[in-house]
Amino acid sequence: MSIDTSKVATSNSSAAIADKPNPVGAVANWADERLGLASLAKKNLRKVFPDHWSFMLGEIALWSFVVLLLSGVFLTLWYDPTMAEVHYEGSYAQLRGIEMSGAYASALHLSFDVRGGLLMRQMHHWAAMLFIASMMIHLLRVFFTGAHRKPREMNWVIGCLLLILGTLEGFTGYSLPDDLLSGTGIRAADGFMKASPVIGSYMSFFLFGGEFPGTHIIPRLYVVHILLIPGLLLALITAHMLLLVYHKHTQWAGPGRTEQNVVGFPMLPVYAAKAGGFFFIVFGVCALMGGLFTINGVWLYGPYDPSKVTAGSQPDWYMGWPDGALRIMPGLETHIFGHTISWNVMLPILVLPIVMFLVLMVLPFVEAWITGDKRDHHLLQRPRNAPTRTAFMVALMTMYGLFWAAGGNDIIAIKLHLSINQITYFMRVAVFVGPVIAFIITKRWCISLQRKDQEDLLHGYETGIIMRSPEGGYSERHLPLSPDRAYVLAAHDRDPDVIAELEAGPSGPDGNGVEPKKGIAGALEGARQRLRTAMYADNVQKPTREELEAAHHHAEHEHELQAGVEGEAADGHQFDGHHAVEDDRLRADD
Amino acid sequence: MRFLNRSVGRLSRHRRRPLAGLVLLLLGLLLTGGLYSAFAPATASTASDNEELVAEGRELFLVGCAFCHGQNGEGVSTVNGNWLGPTLAGVGAAAVDFQVGTGRMPMAQPGAQNPTKPVSYDQDEIDALAAYVASLAPGPSVPDPSDYSLAGLSSDEREEAIARGGQIFLTNCTACHNYAGKGGAMPRGGYAPNLSDTSAKHIYEALLTGPGQMDSFSNGNLSPEEKRDVIAYLYSLREQPAYGGFTFGSLGPVGEGLLAWVIGIGALVAIATWIAAHTARSNKKKGATA
Amino acid sequence: MSDQHGPDELGPGEHGSSDLPDKYAGHEGEIQSADEPIRNPGLPQHTWRPTDVDPKAERRAERQVAGIFGLAALCAVLFVVSYFVFDIGGSPEDDVPTIFGLGASNVALGGTLGLALLLIGIGLIQWARKLMSDHEMVEMRHPARSSDEDREATIKALNDGLEESGIARRPLVRNSLLGAVTVLLAPAVVLLRDLGPTPNQVAEEADYPGAGLEKTVWEKGMRVVRDVVGTPIRPGDMEIGDLFNAEPEIIFAVDEEGEPILEGEPLLIAKSKAAVVLIRMDPDENKPAPGRENWAIDGILCYSKICTHVGCPISLNERKTHHLLCPCHQSTFDLADAAKVVFGPAARPLPQLPLAVDSEGYLVAQSDFREPVGPSFWERDSQASTTE
Repeated sequence: MSIDTSKVATSNSSAAIADKPNPVGAVANWADERLGLASLAKKNLRKVFPDHWSFMLGEIALWSFVVLLLSGVFLTLWYDPTMAEVHYEGSYAQLRGIEMSGAYASALHLSFDVRGGLLMRQMHHWAAMLFIASMMIHLLRVFFTGAHRKPREMNWVIGCLLLILGTLEGFTGYSLPDDLLSGTGIRAADGFMKASPVIGSYMSFFLFGGEFPGTHIIPRLYVVHILLIPGLLLALITAHMLLLVYHKHTQWAGPGRTEQNVVGFPMLPVYAAKAGGFFFIVFGVCALMGGLFTINGVWLYGPYDPSKVTAGSQPDWYMGWPDGALRIMPGLETHIFGHTISWNVMLPILVLPIVMFLVLMVLPFVEAWITGDKRDHHLLQRPRNAPTRTAFMVALMTMYGLFWAAGGNDIIAIKLHLSINQITYFMRVAVFVGPVIAFIITKRWCISLQRKDQEDLLHGYETGIIMRSPEGGYSERHLPLSPDRAYVLAAHDRDPDVIAELEAGPSGPDGNGVEPKKGIAGALEGARQRLRTAMYADNVQKPTREELEAAHHHAEHEHELQAGVEGEAADGHQFDGHHAVEDDRLRADD
Repeated sequence: MRFLNRSVGRLSRHRRRPLAGLVLLLLGLLLTGGLYSAFAPATASTASDNEELVAEGRELFLVGCAFCHGQNGEGVSTVNGNWLGPTLAGVGAAAVDFQVGTGRMPMAQPGAQNPTKPVSYDQDEIDALAAYVASLAPGPSVPDPSDYSLAGLSSDEREEAIARGGQIFLTNCTACHNYAGKGGAMPRGGYAPNLSDTSAKHIYEALLTGPGQMDSFSNGNLSPEEKRDVIAYLYSLREQPAYGGFTFGSLGPVGEGLLAWVIGIGALVAIATWIAAHTARSNKKKGATA
Repeated sequence: MSDQHGPDELGPGEHGSSDLPDKYAGHEGEIQSADEPIRNPGLPQHTWRPTDVDPKAERRAERQVAGIFGLAALCAVLFVVSYFVFDIGGSPEDDVPTIFGLGASNVALGGTLGLALLLIGIGLIQWARKLMSDHEMVEMRHPARSSDEDREATIKALNDGLEESGIARRPLVRNSLLGAVTVLLAPAVVLLRDLGPTPNQVAEEADYPGAGLEKTVWEKGMRVVRDVVGTPIRPGDMEIGDLFNAEPEIIFAVDEEGEPILEGEPLLIAKSKAAVVLIRMDPDENKPAPGRENWAIDGILCYSKICTHVGCPISLNERKTHHLLCPCHQSTFDLADAAKVVFGPAARPLPQLPLAVDSEGYLVAQSDFREPVGPSFWERDSQASTTE
């Protein structure tokens, strides 16, 4: 029921005049009468999002994906996905008269005969680099802060899939211009496929429509690049965002923040402005990079020719780590019964990446299995408060980084005047030893940071003010932390007391009357207990309430002892204008 | 008949100084030599110019090169069968002009490869050294600028030559020197150098003589016209602008990835830090009187 | 003060007690609030920004934001101007406009577009930071799991539906459906069969020369010609130390009408297997493998240019050591020792092409390669003799 009150008179002296209908309101009314979106809108328009710079890394990925879509559509208007031979007569003089594929010719056309074409090509490529790089740092941020724990494990898996798909999308994308560098990459990919046992040569012939290079590969990669993978990416990104909205974003522990709330700014207007503004900024950075920095200058590479190659043949950076693994792998092949098994290609390029991605995807589940922690977590952990987890990821990063560096070993050799042979030998050892060293160093670093936090909580922060006791001894003045800061340091969960559990012994039924398991299940359970112990045993715990009170009491006593004047404990800020001192006794004779 | 012999002893005793005979000999030589050089055919005179050059070259060689390459350019071998400095017989003037002209020789210390460094001799001295080494045994000679110049070609022919040179470059050279001629890695610390600042003459000579570990591309391999085309292509790369912006050394995806991380992600993370940062705070309260 | 919650409402260190699972029994110590050393102090007091309390600062901020947007608009206009003013160029004869030696069209278009977008973003952010309300808001979370009533209702609905479908009671219907759907996978897979011929099909039926993984276009008497120019090679053309990048003559051959014999797809396929390097070294340095003594002509050797690792073309040669280095993954082959692998991830030596001299004095092949060229594959018999 609605009464049109717009025609009710508003005063006694004038006639009733209908209000002018609000145009926006009319549209909204028309839409709502058909879509009924108000219940959805009312929940989400003022949805609260917490504010921190590290929460924006995923946004870089999201917005660079949008840039990729927009610039990609532009490129499809001119790009010609054919390997049919063409006699080039365009603007780039050094290639006039040369036979090349239509795809390469259209890439040249975009670069030299379409105004803004080179800019769009470069924007597209820079945005792709940023897309994958930002996904990686987003992954690291999520992992280091424990945001992959329940209830967000599935979002983590979706994110890993996005990373894999993004990498494949990048590979198919930079292969489309059919230039010498990317064609060499496709040649290598053909070699990888052929190295697969039993089905390898069939896979190669089916993908290329016959022998390498054939004339089918570029059109097929084109379809994968503009239709299949973007469709999957869009679907997964939507799922990723929906889960984020449903679970609400995690937040750092702090004053007023708990596991049951989320504190921040509303979607409309603040978050919409910040996120929308960041979209324009990411877009702008891509455009500036596309305008100022050359990337993939295909006119210098020339069209792909299976008998030509350039020094410094690398894939784009995100494929650099499998390339590095491939370079440092020794030449191992098995020749048996008239067949060849190419370990030298299979292990680094087929087995290693799949293993790495599987490990990445199951990390939340493995962590939940080891710790036995089944609670929901919406508060983030500082990386130092999960030393084993942080150290593990740093070890993985180290291994990734060493493989990545091995992939650029010839560039490193000429820039740093080293021998590529020595770099290869070094890397063969380093990829195993380096992660172990990194794990140890990181874990100890985190634990020492935990000790520092404990020190700050118990004894206050160091002020830099040196006090001299009447006996002549020097000591540094410590002042208590502000309540907000102290709360932040102490807001994390206390770890389970694994030492006590260990001493209690594993034999006999546990607290719930459950008998210990036998056989394989028993061995797994034993391994789990050992891992759990290793995870928590060395960590430094926050002080208990009793310890804190004892420390405060001790601190007050310290202040009294350090006071320059009996009965008047100085806080060290008497003479720097930090606060008023009119009422303080500053000297013994005051 | 005694007037010729009138006083041999007296005449001799008065005129003969200790060095008089020597002076007379020298005068005779000069006279004969001068008459000879004045009236002898022209070739004979260039031969003696070349001989001078060779001689001058030999002098320079003995001072600056013989320690490693031997007194007669025969090479000096080490105990384990390697060469301290290899034999120079047959390397030709082109090799000397290249090696000394780019500063690679004299080598400052033994090593995987001799880098370019400031040139130690001026062009006249280099010509002398080259002449001397060429005299040891026949070898490739220094090219004439007309060998690698495109002068005299029409605009279309020039364009064709450059395009062909590009294809030859991509087939023979980029595997070591990279697609833009920026250089690449070779085994055990060696490298194919950056070609961006190498002169046309030196490129030609390097192709001809195969310095160091580089293969030679003799005139049977790449004809002089083909060498000219390659040089023209390389020069055209130098002349064209960087169409897409800064190239950062044109070393390929490694450099581009570094840029994406350092500048792209770096800038965006810095901006994100700014976006989420607290803004300035005031001590005043809203609604309170000023 | 509706946006502030005192400490009492939140409770010190409270966590979602509804999520306590049975398995965690025995560890209640971590989540008991009594043990928490420090209480949650609650949301901090809101402090105002200068733009909230000082109208002059507020108007200045407004002008700043509007100015940024205005600059952005200006940059967008400059983009349009640059689009029509700057030519891209591409020929050496063109007077290519440059900015600091960089292509002017790209730099101007990218710079103006980038600044326009960047400034809009910066303006929006400044608006949010300086002028929009920055009171922190609190929203309560809900557990991720559905409520028990919803669960029960869902289970009931599922059960009702399944019961009405009868799928549990009618195994014949259910199993035959599963069977039919499973068999439907076969058309889906089979439809992809014609993606390409199998290796055997290509080897036996393809109509272009050198078809199949085991063969190339090389054959007895085919001349070795220089790549790009296509001219045949005499031994006398090569000096010790020369490296020729070469191809079989069929790559450049033309028929009676002047049409190339190989073009398009067969040309690319031929090049990808038949490219070779010719190297001349001192004959004394060469150590031919058994059975290959007559494959070299006076120190001239011919090897496949396609790396046996994953197929990149190789031509980085170290003249003195005659080590051939592949730029992709640094596999190194000793050309004086039957191209044995001396470093790197390759596992097999490069195939060697046996050479001869034809009646006119040009270098020719004695036959095709005696083993498959290029990367390894499962069916490759790498133990077969490479000299027959």
